[in-house]
Amino acid sequence: MSSKKSIREALLDHSTLLVLMGAVTIVGVVVQLVGTPLLKNIYTSFCISLMMVLGLQMFMGNSGILSWTHIGFVGVGAYVSGILSMQPMMKQLGVPNMYPFLVSLHAPIGVAILAGGLVAALLAALISYPLMRLSDAAGVITLFATLIVFHVVMTQWDNVTNGPRTFFGLQEYTTLWVALIAALATMVLAWFFRDSALGLRIRASRDDRYAARAVGIDVVRVRYLTFVLSALVMGLAGGIWAHFITSFSPKAFYIAEMFTLISMLVIGGAGSITGAVTGAVVVTIVREALRQVEAAINNAHVLPFEVFGLTELVLAVFMVAVLIWRPVGVIGAQEARLVRLKATSGGGRPAEADKEV
Amino acid sequence: MILLEFIVNTLSLGSLYALLALGLVLVYGILKLVNFAYGEYVMVAGYGLFLGATYLGAPWYVTIVGSLVLAALVSYLTEIAAFRPVRTKSMDAMLVTSFAVSIFLQNAVLLAISPRAKAVTLPAFMTDSVTVAGVTLPVRNILLVVVTAFLLAGLSLLMKRTVLGMAMRAAADKFTTTRLMGVPANLVISAAFVMSGFLAGVASLFWVSRSSSVDPMTGSGPLLIAFIATVMGGMHSTVGAVVGGFAYGLLFNLLSIVLPASMINYRDAFMFVAVILFLLFRPQGIVSRGYVEERVG
Repeated sequence: MSSKKSIREALLDHSTLLVLMGAVTIVGVVVQLVGTPLLKNIYTSFCISLMMVLGLQMFMGNSGILSWTHIGFVGVGAYVSGILSMQPMMKQLGVPNMYPFLVSLHAPIGVAILAGGLVAALLAALISYPLMRLSDAAGVITLFATLIVFHVVMTQWDNVTNGPRTFFGLQEYTTLWVALIAALATMVLAWFFRDSALGLRIRASRDDRYAARAVGIDVVRVRYLTFVLSALVMGLAGGIWAHFITSFSPKAFYIAEMFTLISMLVIGGAGSITGAVTGAVVVTIVREALRQVEAAINNAHVLPFEVFGLTELVLAVFMVAVLIWRPVGVIGAQEARLVRLKATSGGGRPAEADKEV
Repeated sequence: MILLEFIVNTLSLGSLYALLALGLVLVYGILKLVNFAYGEYVMVAGYGLFLGATYLGAPWYVTIVGSLVLAALVSYLTEIAAFRPVRTKSMDAMLVTSFAVSIFLQNAVLLAISPRAKAVTLPAFMTDSVTVAGVTLPVRNILLVVVTAFLLAGLSLLMKRTVLGMAMRAAADKFTTTRLMGVPANLVISAAFVMSGFLAGVASLFWVSRSSSVDPMTGSGPLLIAFIATVMGGMHSTVGAVVGGFAYGLLFNLLSIVLPASMINYRDAFMFVAVILFLLFRPQGIVSRGYVEERVG
């Protein structure tokens, strides 16, 4: 990288980011101006999913470790921000057994959401160092087990979470604008993280952890720092989501939801921001379309029984099909270059030439 | 008396967990695939029992054989349709595929049968109890220990004495070299999946008989147990899986006794914390044979 870079070159370097941000913003503005309330809701929840997928991408895409735990941090962010932002009277009503000192806590919503992110990051900082030592199958199983620990605690600790029952009474705060800005900010963060010193190190450790160690990269440490950073994003996303949906239960932070996030990332391509965004778009569209179909079938009463689970069924088939067709995801591990500055050696081959690790 | 009850309970629970772990490890050993869809083979076999016994009213031996065949067949079909095409791709692709297969099977059952639990009628001997030396024990617990003993002996003979078994053991050790020796990869992997499904089917018989019902989510419990047991025992050998199954059964029964009543709901969390700690200090498991370095740092 030369130190003297013209603005034009800088813009070209980040053209993909700008195009992605532009597209998400324009659609958002259009939906806000002319969309139906349902469409606005779908787009808001898409923006929040996008934020979560990008947070997950920061760790999973760059480290190459499949993490099931991340949705747990979303849950931590959601509960912490909810507990902080709710009026004490609402809390007594909604969570009768809550610890008295938690009931008296109260903060503005923005502060509460930030606090949710920080608590999630702190929790990640406390528990994750030893987990980062494990790779491959052992790593996947341990992170999966960690999610189950999170879930058990959330469903059983009824002095804080109201147990398996619904946690309700949050104020609505997240509008389409809030979600859109949060998603755009995360996009910028994930984009620049990728090429930061830490991002380069962890990507090196993903491609070959022994070689990375040999050139002096402390693999466990870079994984750890990335994990904490991505937990922060997940926690913030959890707070934003909580103030959109306003009531939730621990079920929202478990395997099914995590599967949706992972499928977005895997379908689009975990290695790149373009892939993460593409995956979130594709999965959201397919899922919403299938939901409409399911509802239409059920409402038309053409079948003698109610149709359940069609959405998940088709999504699963779709995912396996994508994995068979393109195991690195639709986009692959390289960012799509929309503006090619100069022909690269090797004829500028597209992303499928990438070696998947 | 209490001691005898504890021993029999631990042995039978351990047997069940050993069967579950063994089925998971057979595939993992060869393909290095942590099969998230494994629990669904147990679930499918449970529905086999429901369809045979409750729905069709077939004799119990036909039902049992039918559900075992069904589990093995479904396992084989998932291998052909989903795992084979992504086998050469990244590990993540395979893991995510196994998860998609799991979601697929759950929702297929949800869609085709019912989201609600279905009662399974079992032969009388699965629900009876006998009194031995003053202790009342369910017959199925004793039967489970006996069946597991026979299966383990049979499997061990198969693995050691037959060409297929030797090929499978070789493939679990060095897959590429085994292929170079002329062993067809597809055959070995398919055999592993069929056996995995069969073991899941046997385990399902006993798993389902505990609650006498089956629902689309039945598979998640057995899957987690198989995970824990294989991780504890050692993921790289069949002996490790069996040892891990019994170790897990023992830990589970001990925790049930030791934990105060107010903490019993957190038992699963304790189990998983134990697994995580275990992995950190002894990532190779109790039986370390065949362990390859998987950690960094």
